[in-house]
Order: sequence, then C-alpha cells, then structure tokens
Amino acid sequence: MTERLRVENVYKVFSNTPQKAMERLAAGADKDAVQAELGVVVGLNDVSLSVPTGAIYMIMGLSGSGKSTLARCVNRLYEPTAGRILLDGEDIVQLNQNELRQVRRTRISMVFQHFALLPNRTAIENVEFGLKLRGLVPKKRRARAEEVLAIVGLDRWAYHFPHELSGGMRQRVGLARALATDADVLVMDEAFSALDPLIRNEMQDELLRLQHSLKKTILFITHDFQEALKLGNMIAIMADGRVMREGTPQSIVLDPGTDYVAAFTNDVDRSRLFDAASVMRPGSAVAERDGIRVIAASSTGGFAVDTKARILGRLDEAGLAKAKDGADIRAVLAPDFVSVAPDSKLLDVARKCRGIEDLAVTDSEGTFLGVLSPASILTAIAASSNAGQERHLEEKRHA
Amino acid sequence: MLNADDLAVFPVDVWISDAVQWVALNLRPLFLAIKWPIESLLTLIDGAMHDAPFPLVVILFTALAYMLASRKIAIFTAIVLVLVAAMGVWDPAMTTLSLITTAIFFCALIGLPVGIWCARSDRAWSIVRPILDIMQTTPTFVYLVPVVMLFGVGTVPGQVAVVVAAVPPLIRFTNLGIRMVDREIVEAGIAFGASSRQLLWEIQIPMAIPTILGGLNQTVLTAMVMSVVVAMIGAEGLGLVVLQGIGRLDVGRAVIGGIAIVLLAMMLDRITQKMAEPKRATARSRWLAALNLDRLLSRNGSSETVASQSGTNA
Repeated sequence: MTERLRVENVYKVFSNTPQKAMERLAAGADKDAVQAELGVVVGLNDVSLSVPTGAIYMIMGLSGSGKSTLARCVNRLYEPTAGRILLDGEDIVQLNQNELRQVRRTRISMVFQHFALLPNRTAIENVEFGLKLRGLVPKKRRARAEEVLAIVGLDRWAYHFPHELSGGMRQRVGLARALATDADVLVMDEAFSALDPLIRNEMQDELLRLQHSLKKTILFITHDFQEALKLGNMIAIMADGRVMREGTPQSIVLDPGTDYVAAFTNDVDRSRLFDAASVMRPGSAVAERDGIRVIAASSTGGFAVDTKARILGRLDEAGLAKAKDGADIRAVLAPDFVSVAPDSKLLDVARKCRGIEDLAVTDSEGTFLGVLSPASILTAIAASSNAGQERHLEEKRHA
Repeated sequence: MLNADDLAVFPVDVWISDAVQWVALNLRPLFLAIKWPIESLLTLIDGAMHDAPFPLVVILFTALAYMLASRKIAIFTAIVLVLVAAMGVWDPAMTTLSLITTAIFFCALIGLPVGIWCARSDRAWSIVRPILDIMQTTPTFVYLVPVVMLFGVGTVPGQVAVVVAAVPPLIRFTNLGIRMVDREIVEAGIAFGASSRQLLWEIQIPMAIPTILGGLNQTVLTAMVMSVVVAMIGAEGLGLVVLQGIGRLDVGRAVIGGIAIVLLAMMLDRITQKMAEPKRATARSRWLAALNLDRLLSRNGSSETVASQSGTNA
C-alpha cells in the first residue's frame, strides 16, 4: 500500500514563545515536566505516523493525550510548532494560506464530535457547505449533495433542519458534508463519541460499509479502544502527546509492550478480534500416497488433501494411525468435516466446533490453509478472559 | 480647619470650556459634515411620517409588526397607534418615531461594522471596550452638554445625541454574538476551507443574528429614552409635550405625553424582542418560507415521510 499521509516529528507547544519549551523537550523533558517548569502546555511531543492509502488509521488516547491536537495539526487548524506533515509527499506545513485553503477544500475534510452543523441551514445546505466555499454553482452543488445524502441514507431528510434530526442522523449529515468535497483524506475527530451506544455501533458499521466502496484514507480520533479495534486497520495509542504504540489491532492486543497499553487490551474480547488465520497451524504431511496427502497438526486427527490442496476428508485418531502405517487413505477418511474461512472471527469459529474434532481453514476456493484445534481456540480466547477475570477478582477483594 | 473649597485650585472647568470652544470654532466643518447626513435622513423620514395619512401609517406599522414579530404584536401595535392618536399627541409621537427610526439606521451603520471589527480583533476590542464603558455609564443627561456646544440646539442636535447614546449596545452585542459562535462550528468552517470573509458571512454573522437583534432591541430602547431627554435641548417630540406640561404646570398634558412614551416604548420593545427570539415556526420564518415556495412545498412533501421513518430511525 502506498502512503497518503505522513506525520514526521511533529511538535505542538501552545505558546507564543515556544522556543524554550522546545529546547526542554529536545533535552528529553516530558509534557508534565515542561508544564510544571514553564507553565506551557505541550500538545504533541515528537509524533511520527505513516497513514497508508485507503486505511482507517485510529488515533486512540485518553483526554489530554494530544489526539485531537494531532487531528487539528493535520489540516492546520492548529499550526504545528515543528515537524512536517506530508500529504502525498507534499509538506502542507509549508503551504501559504491560499494553498492551504485549496487543500482544505479539496483534499482533507473533517467530521466533528458535536457534528458542527449550521443550525440555520437544512441538511442538504449543510452538505453543500464545502462545495459552496469552493465556489461551485448552486445547481451542481445541489446535485452532488443529493448524491452524497443518498449514500449516507438521508435523501428523504434533505430539507429538514439539524434540530429536526436525531444525533445519528446529524452525524450522517456531518459525514455527507465531508464526503461531498471528494477529499481523499477524512479526519474524524471523535466522530461517534457523542452518540448513544446503539447508534454508535450502527454508525461504525455504516462507516465500514461506506469505506468498503469509497476507500478513503481516514484518520479517526477516538478515546474508545473497542472502537479503535473494530474500525482500525492500524492503531496508534497516544499518551502525554506521544505515540506509545503503533500497530495493527491484533498485534497490539497480542503484544501491548507497556503496562499503559496493556491496561486497554485487558478488557478486549479476543474472540471477536482474532480470526482463524491468526490461530491456525499449518500442520505437516504425515503420509503421502496415490496423489493424496495427509496433513496433521497433532496425533488426534488430520485432513486428507489432493494435489491441488483441496480437502478430500477428515481422519480421526484411529484413521490417522492406520494411514501412517500404510493403510489405504481413502478407506479410513470420513467425508464430513468442518471448515472455516481464514478471516472468520474466533467467536464464529467456536460456534462451529464439534466436540474435540479439529477444524480445517480453507479459502473461498476450498484450498486447505491450516488446522485449528478447539484447544488452540480456547487458549487464544482465554488469554484475555483470564486477565479480565483476575482484575475483577482483584477489584472485589479491594471492595 | 481645612476647608474643601480651599483645595479647588484646578480650573478644570475653564480648561474644558476652552477646549470645547476651540473645537467648536476650529472643527466646525467636521461637525457640519457629521450633522448633514443625519439631518437629511431625519428630515426625510420626519416629513414622510407627518405627511402620510394617519390610517396609512397605522396600516404600515401593523404590517411591519406582523412580518417582523407576530399577529398578537401586530394587533397591539395597531391599538397603541390609535390610542396615541386618540390622546391628541399624534404629531409629536411621529416626530419621536422618526427620531428613533433615524437613530436605528445610523446605529446599524456604525454599530454593526464596529462590532464585527471588535469581534475579529482583540486589539480593536481593547480600545473600543473602555470607550463603550464610559459611554454607557455616562447619564444620558450629560450627553447634552457637548452636543449643545458642538452642534447647537434643536431637533437635529438632539438626533445626534440619540445616535451617540444608542450605539453602544449594538456594538457590544454584535461583538458578543460573533465571539460566542460555537468554536467547533467556526473550526468546521475553517476546516472546509473558508476564507476569513466567507467565515464571517457564511457562519459568524448568520449565527450571531439572534444576539445582534437582542442588541438592536437595547439600542431601540436607549434611543426611545434619549429621544425624550433631548427635549431639554429643544428637540421636538413627545419629550417636549412632557416638558411643556411641566413648565406650564399642566399635569394632564405632561401625563398624556408620558403615557404615549410608555406605549410607544412597549410597542417597539415587543417588536424588536420578538425578532431576537430564536426562530422555530414564527411569522418570520413562515414569511421567508412563502418567498421560497418550492422549498416550502418540498418540505411539506417530505414531512409526510417523517412519521413513517421516525419509527426506524428514532
């Protein structure tokens, strides 16, 4: 994947005279030390990120971590104190006001936490807003706004005012306004945080659905780790103006690195996060005859595959032993077996388990990819449940 | 024992008289230039109000009240005007109304740009704010002194005093209204690439309008008060009726002047206050919607679907 947006060593110090604070930061002082010493608030402390084209890149952090500051530096609502922000290789920190306006009108758009809709305009007029600023003629911008409102499913509400819409619908208008400008990069600042949990969930699904066809590059700010896991292709966890950990959702949960990050990952429902591919084992060929190969990951069972790696059947413990001793493989295999797709989540995989029987992981053409044992699924899920349970016990003991 | 009067060594009064005299003599063209547009507009409006037949004026004001405010207030306006006529003070009341109308025009002309400028520049606000503080704490009565020195006596100098006294609330509220616009909405404007002019016209002013109209209400009421006080420097109108009543010990005349003033003030207050209220389905929005008929129709059309959709979306 190519890189659309790159943040390089960006600092943001909220002060008219940031030099001293910058010196202290360069000397290794952290946000709190600089604030205690100079009374200056540090928003971002040497932040570097790389956002691939078409990715949903989650910036996750608690309040005061600098996540919203970062979002506002990307389109220069806040001027970075130092560093570079490269959009398709072009440093937007260097742009003059005119060029910056063009970037904001056509290449980066934004969705706000509290929607930031104009209360005195109808939904469709709000969607048109960016196009109006760009100077598009009324007829064209109305046509485009109608198109985008239909995409977010609000075409029947076009002529209603924001106060007549529910929270979820208002944010759909906010999203439509951002999509209308055809910008490649969307900055979503806590876009769903102000919504009810059910509506939030619905909006997250909606965003994933839209992203499937639109393929925007989305920088999504959130304080909700679950949301980050659900939406993100990549996650950066921020604290005190720094990036603590950057990686894919699965890699962060598997290896949090620091206690700070681990505190978030403890509560994660791994059965919904990890997929079959992350737990499966490739197995090894234990017997091969007449163009049939037997692949097993343990002694309790295996799968027989043909030369094209398509599964012919399953062998149980006894069958596997006979096959190893040279019996006819076709005679010992059972035709029924359970197979799952590599991207199905462990929760769905667990629902398909039959007793202690191994499961096969196959791609959409039926090609064998690996073996999943119920035990390995349990182990993968339990890693989190244990941690979660221990914490609950701990809390009970304290209470 | 030290007597307080022994300390009166600063001839401040002399200095001020000298300064005002100097200004009056040397800057006379400037004051004439200030006076000219005010005088022209006042003469125009005053002439129109007095020449127009009484029923026409009543109908016009009632229609205006209906468009700007509501039917209730339109009825109230008609009753007030008829009562004023019935008490026999129609002519002075029209003079007072034209003083106020002229004041509103010049206050808007000065107050809105200054207010906007103050909202966009902290430095401007830091200069203008203390001036407004002084202007608003100065008793209206005290305005008359420099006005008489610089502009003379009569209705036109009175009008100048009315404008000067009535402009501060509008500047204050305009500044406040623009500064109070939700920060996230201003950010949205900037994030979508608004230039500072677009930001002002597309976002800040439209959203500040309720507050600005609140300021207009204050300006109108201050103008009302001042238009009565300027009777002391010879301005005509209802104030003069009261002043003459007092001078001749004619209590009845003084009181009808007072009643007419209160009625007019209530009328103007109700109309402008209603304008400043946040709009839902007020007369004004119906009026605006009527101008944009196809939008109105499409809104009605879609509202039928509201009921069927709200079940799933709520």
